[in-house]
Amino acid sequence: MINGGSETAVAPVGGSQPLDWKFSQVFGERTAGEEIQEVDIISAIEFNRNGDHLATGDRGGRVVLFERTDTQDHVGHRRDLEKMDYPINRHPEFRYKTEFQSHEPEFDYLKSLEIEEKINKIRWCQSSNGALFLLSTNDKTIKLWKVQEKKVKKVCDMNVDSTKAMGNGPIVGSSISTSSKQYIANGGCTSNDFSFPTGGFPSLHLPVVTSHETNLMARCRRIYTHAHDYHINSISNNSDGETFISADDLRINLWNLEISSQSFNIVDVKPANMEDLTEVITSAEFHPTHCNMLAYSSSKGSIRLIDMRQSALCDTHSKLFEGQEAPGSRSFFTEIIASISDIKFAKDGRHILTRDYMTLKLWDINMDSGPVATFQVHEYLRPKLCDLYENDSIFDKFECCLSGNGLRVATGSYSNLFRVFGCSEGSTEATTLEASKNPMRRQGQATSRPSRSLGNLSGVVRRVKGADNSGVDANGNAFDFTSKLLHLAWHPTENSIACAASNSLYMYYA
Amino acid sequence: MSTVEAPLYPIAVLIDELKNDDIQIRLNSIRRLSTIARALGEERTRSELIPFLSENNDDDDEVLLAMAEELGVFIPYVGGVEHAYVLLTPLETLCTVEETCVRDKAVESLCKIGSQMRENDLIEWFTPLVKRLAAGEWFTARVSACGLFHIAYPSAPETLKTELRSIYGQLCQDDMPMVRRSAASNLWKFAGTVESAHLKADIMQMFEDLTQDDQDTVRLLAVEGCAALGKLLEPQDCAARILPVIVTFSQDKSWRVRYMVANQLYELCEAVGPEPIRTDLLPAYVRLLRDNEAEVRIAAAGKVTKFCQILSPELAIQHILPCVKELSLDSSQHVRAALASVVMGMAPVLGKDATIEQLLPIFLSLLKDEFPDVRLNIISKLDQVNQVIGIDLLSQSLLPAIVELAEDRHWRVRLAIIEYIPLLANQLGVGFFDDKLGGLCMQWLQDKVYSIRDAAANNLKRLAEEFGPDWAMQHIIPQVLEIANDSHYLHRMTLLRAISLLGPVLGSEITCSKLLPVVVNASKDRVPNIKFNVAKVLQSLISVVDQSVVEKTIRPCLVELSEDPDVDVRYFAVQGLQSIDQVTMSS
Repeated sequence: MINGGSETAVAPVGGSQPLDWKFSQVFGERTAGEEIQEVDIISAIEFNRNGDHLATGDRGGRVVLFERTDTQDHVGHRRDLEKMDYPINRHPEFRYKTEFQSHEPEFDYLKSLEIEEKINKIRWCQSSNGALFLLSTNDKTIKLWKVQEKKVKKVCDMNVDSTKAMGNGPIVGSSISTSSKQYIANGGCTSNDFSFPTGGFPSLHLPVVTSHETNLMARCRRIYTHAHDYHINSISNNSDGETFISADDLRINLWNLEISSQSFNIVDVKPANMEDLTEVITSAEFHPTHCNMLAYSSSKGSIRLIDMRQSALCDTHSKLFEGQEAPGSRSFFTEIIASISDIKFAKDGRHILTRDYMTLKLWDINMDSGPVATFQVHEYLRPKLCDLYENDSIFDKFECCLSGNGLRVATGSYSNLFRVFGCSEGSTEATTLEASKNPMRRQGQATSRPSRSLGNLSGVVRRVKGADNSGVDANGNAFDFTSKLLHLAWHPTENSIACAASNSLYMYYA
Repeated sequence: MSTVEAPLYPIAVLIDELKNDDIQIRLNSIRRLSTIARALGEERTRSELIPFLSENNDDDDEVLLAMAEELGVFIPYVGGVEHAYVLLTPLETLCTVEETCVRDKAVESLCKIGSQMRENDLIEWFTPLVKRLAAGEWFTARVSACGLFHIAYPSAPETLKTELRSIYGQLCQDDMPMVRRSAASNLWKFAGTVESAHLKADIMQMFEDLTQDDQDTVRLLAVEGCAALGKLLEPQDCAARILPVIVTFSQDKSWRVRYMVANQLYELCEAVGPEPIRTDLLPAYVRLLRDNEAEVRIAAAGKVTKFCQILSPELAIQHILPCVKELSLDSSQHVRAALASVVMGMAPVLGKDATIEQLLPIFLSLLKDEFPDVRLNIISKLDQVNQVIGIDLLSQSLLPAIVELAEDRHWRVRLAIIEYIPLLANQLGVGFFDDKLGGLCMQWLQDKVYSIRDAAANNLKRLAEEFGPDWAMQHIIPQVLEIANDSHYLHRMTLLRAISLLGPVLGSEITCSKLLPVVVNASKDRVPNIKFNVAKVLQSLISVVDQSVVEKTIRPCLVELSEDPDVDVRYFAVQGLQSIDQVTMSS
């Protein structure tokens, strides 16, 4: 169904054969009984374009970068290696690279609002000169970060022996600076009173700089702020490499990466009277190749496709995708669970993946009558919607992702479970994995229908903290509403998934 | 560590500070790079300073930007043009950094240096640099390369020229949109140096490639340069190669491309000659004036006068005027504002009769617009119509419009109209002004917003300049001086401000007889803020009045204030006394 293009060649196991997922790595694994610090909970995961780097953001406003190690040693010869007749038996492995504090808690004095430091989204930008660039955002402020190796400089062989010349001035930097100011204040004796000999002064020389080691430095290059009245739910880079969008509940703004002082509002769904508000924007993303096209999802479960060429204000969509609701199934929860929590374009630009509370839907942008495929994520929770509503879990925002070749999709659920579905024609692949060192231990259920297969899971019932948030269904299955797997990302070129189970980052490969 | 003789000490410190930890200090040092170079001498500048700077490429952007700028004028310090090539190395590294403004500055400096270099040096050093950048691993280098071809090309031998053209062609098709954008926006510069045969073949091919780019932003920039490119071609070639592209672009799917066309169209007209204007460009422009995207209409409306200046009056009346009528009733206030800012300029183009018959109703309807910017824009260009039809036909509508703006609830609107009052007074003449507008000028002096009161005081000064002291004595001074009895101290303060501005304009006599007594009187005010402002005003009047008046009136008053219980009053009174002493001493 989806033509993976060049990627299909790299994925010979693609097609309908279910993948055999294996544990690869874990970062920040909890020891038994360890209490999770709120600030350590991961709130965003994103691979960069070529998959050599991975970034996570957490509720404490930190961004942690990981770099791929299995390709690093032979970067130059990678193409040669691929030509060789070996089976590819390596899988992506990452190591911690660096971390930095991206956002700090703030207080908006005009509105008497606390602004959390939690990172809502991370997006990678085009890298250049060996430096990495990424955008990170919390509820209100987007920042552009540059991460680069910097030489650690040691300056020696100065003209002026600072310790001697300055007498008892212990702080070298400050004493020199005051003295120089004094000289400049004296009427620039250096430029006026001096006559320079043609050969210059031989006694003067330049300081010698030696640097042996390098240090990774993260610098905030730009801050894009004061453009959102509501909480930013998404940011997305344009394929033109020049602009990006940021979306909050009611508006989408367009920015130029180099200009932080102004942005253009391109979508505004705010009604004149806020009491008429029926629908909010939940997520937005640019098309991977068409710079003029973007899609956004709404709390009513619809997706709107926008062509920025049509008009400066894109309040009128060029295409609308809405799911048909099954007749007679309407309930109090219908509207709540229809809300789309995440939207992703496939790499081919033709398909869009959306996640609502109960399902994953795959859409073809050339077919607006309905999704081309719908995957039930955790149908066994349907009878429990009332409980989920009461403990607010029903408002959890699960993310979704597609494999680079577009043949599979993945999304998270409760009890640290996540699911991988095959979406190629005729595929019945539907795997349930647990974010733990033994991901396949729930595999038994994957082949049969999920709603029944849960019956044989009683053996894995775990002790869970907070009895209110866990429950045991009629079949004796546990679901732990506190361990929800909201964030995950698929490696852009390989079958590798990174997912966040509260403060731990688990990586799997197949 | 070595010791440095005392006189060299400041330079020594300056050199050391190139590597200081504080960015401000490094910046200061870089800004004085020429001093350092002179102290080292030309030879050591070449052999030591320049290599030193070349390695300094991971400094902060502010420092790199300053360095890129300084190096652009560094030729004298490295020993003149024959050594200019040594400057290329540090600038080349600056061309690859990721901060756009540093790269742009480095390219600018390279162009400055390259345009002075000897032909052989260009071939030996500059052209290889351009080729290296164009083949750079990172897009930043390739982006910079695009801006350097027009320097390297002219002196290159034939084979190298062919190579350069082919490299530029590759840049126009680079994978990265940033590089293609740079190629598009620099194309006209490069085209200006290419021989006309290749211009028609190679360059036009690149232009056509760029105009068919997938990325809107690339096509946009291709449009932006097309007027400049068109001027390089023969009119018939321009009509054959550029015109069709522009006409297609004027109907592009992307409003941003059409917006760019709307901005560029009149410039292209200059390149193609009258016939294609009538057959192709005029219909395209009319379409843009009626575009369904407001942003495009804004751009098109803003060029309406410039376009009419190119056309014959008949064509303008026949084709453009109907559109102007529609635009004056446009649903977007910004379109109407853009139109209002230029439409008055059409009057001289169309002549008296057409203006009265056709344009006047448009002016009048815009003067009644609900959006203040539209009215303000009309009023600000009044002089252009005045020359053609005189002000009388407009004045009936003008007055209500001015009064309404003068009382607008947004203070910025009031501020804007105040700034036009001297222009209006000049256009409308003394008689009209006295009857209708004099009252407004007084009213503003007591506005609730400080900026308005301040502007009102300034306005009085400009009116006094315009109409002369006698007029001011009769129409301004009596009303202004009445404010001295106002119960609000902020209004009394405005009076002092007005006096300090009017004094120098009205001259010594009026100042002594009318203004000074009021100021002296105000020195007995109960509000200290008034009193120290009195001290300030007196200080400013010292230079206006005679020495005798200073001694007789101003000094005693200041002396009294200098014994005031309030510290601020004393401070400014003492300042005033000091400046009296200075004036006395110097005279």
